[in-house]
Amino acid sequence: MVEAIFKDHSGESRLFTERALAAGVLVLASMLLVAARLVQLQIENHDHFSTLSQDNRVRLEPLPPTRGLIYDAAGVLLADNFPSFSLEITLEKVDDLDATLAELRSLVDIGEKDLKRFARMRTQRRRFEGVPIRINLSQAEVARLSVNGHRFPGVDIHAELLRSYPLGEDTAHVLSYVGRINEEELERIDASDYAGTNYIGKGGVEKAYEDILHGSVGYQQVEVNARGQVLRVLESKPAEAGKDLKLFLDVRLQQDAAAALGDHRGAVVAIDPRTGGVLALVSRPSFDPNLFVEGIGAADYKALRESPDKPLFNRAIRGQYPPGSTVKPFVALGGLETGTTSLTDSKWCPGFYQLPGNTHKYRCWKRGGHGSVALEKAIVQSCDVYFYRLAHDMGIDRLHNFLTGFGFGQRTGIDVAGELGGLLPSRQWKRRVRNQPWFPGETLITGIGQGSFLATPMQLAAATAALAARGRYIRPRVVRATEVPGLEAEREVPAVVRQLSLAPRNIDDVIASMEKVVQSAAGTAKRIRTSAYRIAGKTGTAQVFTLGQKERYRESQVPEHMRDHALFLAFAPVEDPRIAVAVIMENGGHGGSTAAPVARQVMDAYLLRETPAEPPPVAADGR
Amino acid sequence: MADRSYDSALSNTPAATQAGLLARVHLDLPLLIALLLLCGYGLLVLYSATDRDPVKLEAQMIRLGIAFLVMIFVAQIPPAQLRRWSLPLFGVGLVMLVGVLAMGEIGKGAQRWLDLGVVRFQPSELLKIAVPMMLAWYLAERPLPPRGLRIFWAAVLTAVPVLLIARQPDLGTALLVASAGAIVLFLAGLRWRLILLLGVAGAALAPLLWYFMHPYQRRRVITFLNPENDPLGAGYHIIQSKIAIGSGGVYGKGWLNGTQSHLEFLPERSTDFIFAVVGEELGLMGILAMMAIYLFIITRGLYIATQAQDTYGRLLAGGLTLVFFVYLFVNIGMVTGLLPVVGVPLPLVSYGGTSLVTIMASFGILMSIHTHRKLLRS
Repeated sequence: MVEAIFKDHSGESRLFTERALAAGVLVLASMLLVAARLVQLQIENHDHFSTLSQDNRVRLEPLPPTRGLIYDAAGVLLADNFPSFSLEITLEKVDDLDATLAELRSLVDIGEKDLKRFARMRTQRRRFEGVPIRINLSQAEVARLSVNGHRFPGVDIHAELLRSYPLGEDTAHVLSYVGRINEEELERIDASDYAGTNYIGKGGVEKAYEDILHGSVGYQQVEVNARGQVLRVLESKPAEAGKDLKLFLDVRLQQDAAAALGDHRGAVVAIDPRTGGVLALVSRPSFDPNLFVEGIGAADYKALRESPDKPLFNRAIRGQYPPGSTVKPFVALGGLETGTTSLTDSKWCPGFYQLPGNTHKYRCWKRGGHGSVALEKAIVQSCDVYFYRLAHDMGIDRLHNFLTGFGFGQRTGIDVAGELGGLLPSRQWKRRVRNQPWFPGETLITGIGQGSFLATPMQLAAATAALAARGRYIRPRVVRATEVPGLEAEREVPAVVRQLSLAPRNIDDVIASMEKVVQSAAGTAKRIRTSAYRIAGKTGTAQVFTLGQKERYRESQVPEHMRDHALFLAFAPVEDPRIAVAVIMENGGHGGSTAAPVARQVMDAYLLRETPAEPPPVAADGR
Repeated sequence: MADRSYDSALSNTPAATQAGLLARVHLDLPLLIALLLLCGYGLLVLYSATDRDPVKLEAQMIRLGIAFLVMIFVAQIPPAQLRRWSLPLFGVGLVMLVGVLAMGEIGKGAQRWLDLGVVRFQPSELLKIAVPMMLAWYLAERPLPPRGLRIFWAAVLTAVPVLLIARQPDLGTALLVASAGAIVLFLAGLRWRLILLLGVAGAALAPLLWYFMHPYQRRRVITFLNPENDPLGAGYHIIQSKIAIGSGGVYGKGWLNGTQSHLEFLPERSTDFIFAVVGEELGLMGILAMMAIYLFIITRGLYIATQAQDTYGRLLAGGLTLVFFVYLFVNIGMVTGLLPVVGVPLPLVSYGGTSLVTIMASFGILMSIHTHRKLLRS
């Protein structure tokens, strides 16, 4: 062919130039395409990518606030924070989790429990958030891990403040405890307030004052690299520590009251009638709140929950007992105030009471009867028949109204979370709950604090304090003041006061009768008589089960958990009351013989306390 | 001749003397200046991208020095010599590729390196030059445009090394070598109709290619099509690269001030993704400046090709220049998210040695072709 012999040089050159030009155009077009892309990225979407770049680089880290401390009236620390070290793994930074875990196990003890918690918590974590594999590392473990830290990228020692309750059992039912935030709480709280915080008050003062104790979270903007390492702090807003709480609670008295109850199931509440401040709030048995802070083990929890003595049950504010005869002074005062009875108005007690036209016998605790009984004798000897009559004469409506004034049938509003309100029966209540009319017989047993009538030791103590304060009902409170840590200025928690309009003479008469309960030889609490100070009190015995018409209650024949509850309420000194006490001893039998001595011990401890001797002044020259 | 008198007319001025001097050592001044500018610019960017690592900067400077020496050395070889070496070089390259496959050691999960005892050598790099040389030689033997069987054999000459390289597997280099063959064929005057036909056939064969791909290669394609699909895995590179460039804006965050690069969000920032560092720290302006230098180099290369004396020189010069462009475009396209992630460095800027030497050697060839013209003529 032609091509074999003839090469058209200029033609080939022209062809090449043409192709080179075409290629040049293609190059230019490609460059323009790239330029257009760059304009799109760097001009059009610049803001978008700037934001993304900023998001990459800047991380918002919460600065959790320090939880407020809690002190008793004398300044004894009841709730403290202590630093605790936990070992955390950031999964994003760990290549081989199993190998890392295996190596870590050669340095620290990692048990089944730890692995279970780790598995549970890793499902709920956020990106680049550490998951604890071990908590509460010992100093030695921290040291060992620190030395070997470089071998474990993504494994960090995390320090946090844990709550501790130095007095353990003694304050468990007042303060309760803090624990890890659960899902239900997570829905209730503002999660951003709790960023970086794992704990929340679960009950008691810790829960009631959660907002104040918690403080407010701070934030810092930090610059991080792709491995999540913090390089520098760009901006920060410090956390505001939670406020400290100063309580009315007197821990010495609290301990004395617990000792007075001993191993007996029961509760003691002591209130200063002048302030409404709770001096002691004891529920026995108790438990160690420190167990709950880091999450209680299943076995421990099971033991506490299934114990027949119910140590987790706060009897002082959640225990609802028939108040029994302890309600009689209030009913008597109601009788006087409503004009239904007078001091001299006497009734006949044959040992039982019958409603007109009814054969049912409402028995007095004294089977032979008290004979002629007026108000004072009725209280001193706790005559049931007198109060059957009085209640019948007052009628349920007036009785209900009057007792409501002393706080029965509703929560006292004490600043300890979890309180129950007891039950003061009324026509409306009966209609609403049972859909039945009120029967006259119910009025009678309400008058002696039995039947549907239920009250908590807290309610009884608050009512007693109001009586001692001559009708000044102060909402009981545990917390006296809040204080910003580091600042001296306290902020008193204001008292909520309700003045009942009562005739002073009527109060005097009832109090005089209550004093005779202790002082007179016929008084039901005569065994706690003392010359050291004047006590006004009232015994009570709450039936756990109802006897049949012909039956007789014999303590020795009844199994312990079916025996009557023993109650006693008192205040002292009568002329200038400084303490009002309510005591309940579950299945303790008669109030005068078991509950009253406990109350006496509590009052002794508070009123006869030796003020600590001043240390002898040191001579200026040191001798 | 006309251009000769033009040369002598200028030889009185000092600049012309210098140019004449450079011509005597067979260097092309405009190309040399552009290359030096680009490499200098690249070192500045690299200094930032390596987080001011003097060791890496020094290593790169040494590599650049060696590469420039290679360029100068190659420029001394007359094109006629290169032409004679085309076939043997190609043959040696093929043997070495087979050698790599047979006894190559494992490097980065792929067999690319040939251990020659003292030095480790990547034969696929050699083919980047050997293939255009071979094709230029083969096609220049007969009048252009090539026809029939000649096209077929040229395609075979390209396909054999490409397949061998793809087997390693080194998709990036295989792609570049394939494009080198295609470019030479295109410059040789392959008919437009045929080009169109091949384009359509290629598109039709793409699914077949998919079938032969390694899983990691498929993943790259999927990631390219939808990077947000796997933001922490394969898509991470593209997403972070786009963030780096986009956040740079028009003027950039300033040299050494890129957060994406310095806080290590941008992976491979001193190698394959160094272009994103330019975009982040120096902005659109910095990128356009860099692209202007590249464009100048390519234009100068194409000009040299059109001025070449024979078909072999033209095809080789044009081919090498356009391969350089493909290099550039594949890298920039990848970094800006226009193309899938293929491991191709930014020519003359990315940290690393092997490709640097290859590229500078090809510029040496360009200079040789340009500066040996007159000698050949005389």
